[in-house]
Amino acid sequence: MTESTASQDIYLPMPATIEESKLLTAVDRFFRIRLSSGAELGHMPGQFVEVSVAGIGEAPISLSSSPDTTGVFELVVRKIGRVTDALHALPQGSPVGIRGPFGTTFPVAEALKGQDILVITGGIGLVPVRSAIQYMLNRREDYGEMAILYGTRTPADRLFTDEIEDWRARENVTYLETVDRGDEGWTGNVGVITTLLPKVEVSPVSTRVIICGPPIMYKFVIAALAARGIPLEHIYVSLERRMKCGVGKCGHCQINGYYTCLDGPVFNYAQLSDVPEAI
Amino acid sequence: MPIVKYITTDQLLVWVNALIAAQTVYGVQAKEQRFAYDALADAADLRLDFDVTILPPKKFFQPLVETIMKFHVDGHYESVTSEEPFIIFGVHPYDVVAIAQMDEVFRANYADTHYLSRRERATIVACDIQNASPSMFAACMGTATVEDGFDILLTKIGDGYVVDVRTAKGEALLVALGDAPDADAGTLARREQFWDDARRFLNKYLLKCKPTDLPALLEDQYEHAIWEHNAGLCYSCGSCNMVCPTCYCFDVQDEVDWTLEKGTRVRKWDSCMLRDFATVAGGHNFRRRREERYRHRFYRKGQYLWQRMGQIACVGCGRCTTACTAKIANPVELYNTLMEG
Ligand SMILES: Cc1cc2nc3c(=O)[nH]c(=O)nc-3n(C[C@H](O)[C@H](O)[C@H](O)COP(=O)(O)OP(=O)(O)OC[C@H]3O[C@@H](n4cnc5c(N)ncnc54)[C@H](O)[C@@H]3O)c2cc1C
Ligand code: SF4
Ligand code: SF4
Ligand code: FES
Repeated sequence: MTESTASQDIYLPMPATIEESKLLTAVDRFFRIRLSSGAELGHMPGQFVEVSVAGIGEAPISLSSSPDTTGVFELVVRKIGRVTDALHALPQGSPVGIRGPFGTTFPVAEALKGQDILVITGGIGLVPVRSAIQYMLNRREDYGEMAILYGTRTPADRLFTDEIEDWRARENVTYLETVDRGDEGWTGNVGVITTLLPKVEVSPVSTRVIICGPPIMYKFVIAALAARGIPLEHIYVSLERRMKCGVGKCGHCQINGYYTCLDGPVFNYAQLSDVPEAI
Repeated sequence: MPIVKYITTDQLLVWVNALIAAQTVYGVQAKEQRFAYDALADAADLRLDFDVTILPPKKFFQPLVETIMKFHVDGHYESVTSEEPFIIFGVHPYDVVAIAQMDEVFRANYADTHYLSRRERATIVACDIQNASPSMFAACMGTATVEDGFDILLTKIGDGYVVDVRTAKGEALLVALGDAPDADAGTLARREQFWDDARRFLNKYLLKCKPTDLPALLEDQYEHAIWEHNAGLCYSCGSCNMVCPTCYCFDVQDEVDWTLEKGTRVRKWDSCMLRDFATVAGGHNFRRRREERYRHRFYRKGQYLWQRMGQIACVGCGRCTTACTAKIANPVELYNTLMEG
């Protein structure tokens, strides 16, 4: 292969630098990253990057900032294995490799425009959804009613606590949250995420729903929405699978005939209703 | 004008030895009772009468372990791509079809320069099937003969070979052949007859439907009892994937050298039958049960890849059937059972 072809290597990471790294919870770390080339990553909400730590490996991580944040992009990484442990241990200023952006997006610039928005998210699922929330809040007049429901296991697991206060304070956003187990200081809701659903208005016609959370969450939330007349094609979910390439080759991310890296991670739920491995 | 020559077996030996002298030639050779591709040192070792090779030729385009880049732990990455041209001598039609399918997989959406550079550097000398392998069903799959996808096709007719040259790469090999007569009309007619027979008889198992009926057949069989029944015998060893010319899933790993500063990123063949193929960090396994993995493999071959690229991802070589010690990998038996309902 010639030089020029080699430079189009789909597996070759772009050099980048960790500009900022800080803990959000005991296990979740926030990263602000800049590509060494100075170029914009050019992503849309819902997409992900493959992050490389040389000598350890690669992991798919969702983009957490909206494309309106320029020059840099933000990730949140939960410490859970080899690559994620290594990322947590890297000091600010360290190099990382980035490939992407990959995958489908929440249709914030298309199907969601002009509609009422209901975001339902649990745990680390807030990470990709935050990108969509920021994007929509920056263009608030483009959407109708907006509600955000967020559930975590305990109060200590809540991410982006400052930003959450901003959402809560906004008049044009309904923000509700719950924890599975409270602690001494907690005065808010206690219970699983579905207990928040009856507290928001939904319309079978105008509501569009974004769901992202742990695998167990989807079944219950979607059943509750269906019971309130929300058609499946008005629901968007973001799914996670094992990934080794991000570009539709390695086969690890398959959900029946779909590839999560190419056809997802964001799916319109109507696409998945007869896909037994999806939920 | 297409070039179609006829050469004697002696000329074939001289030609192959001339090719070996000039560049790397991989050819089919005997390995105890079976056959395998290996670097050819002498044309006399070439066995074009082979029934099937243990591993398919995919190993030349997607090696079992392949270095895709070098890195320094300071964050510098550099692509490693293959530069060396080579010839593969003796590729059966079903494997030619499989290679064409892999070309499409690795070209689609995001072009994979590692695969494609190896592929571009290869000259494929195909060879019509002289002996059927123990578990094949190539005639049923329409892969007992091929029209294209190779550079040269050899067909044994009488005491010699028809040499059918289709590409510029193929023509380049003819220089080493020297003078040879064009195949005459009688020889070409005998080749047509040979192909007709191949398309009818190269089966040890008979699929009771057309391959293009498989996607529709699978539509209603997701809950069939055969998945659980057969999976109960499965060792999750992955042999059926390893030997399959249309399986290409891979794992990617970083390997650091003794300096702890430099290393390579490698990809390795992986297998959807292995227990942790779909396990994510934290331990959740999206295909935890053996029957889910067993079923996935047949759906991928008979339906999923068809939906994406209009091809059935099985070419009827029968390698999986032979490789499976549990005797549950035979696609014909499986699909025929589903047809019984
Ligand atoms: C589209 C997508 C978006 C994601 N977004 C985030 C995010 O924003 N923040 C975050 O903390 N995590 C995210 N994850 C999960 C994250 O990718 C895994 O936690 C991570 O790959 C674990 O790697 P590890 O080496 O630390 O763990 P190990 O257990 O050591 O992993 C070994 C290998 O298994 C594979 N693997 C394991 N778990 C996963 C997984 N869940 N998904 C894909 N591959 C896996 C990887 O290839 C990895 O190299 C996302 C996953 C996907 C698919
Ligand atoms: S599934 Fe079996 S018979 Fe079909 S191509 Fe693969 S190894 Fe050959
Ligand atoms: S089907 Fe046979 S070859 Fe394949 S994993 Fe199971 S036991 Fe191994
Ligand atoms: S991550 Fe490799 S195919 Fe999707």
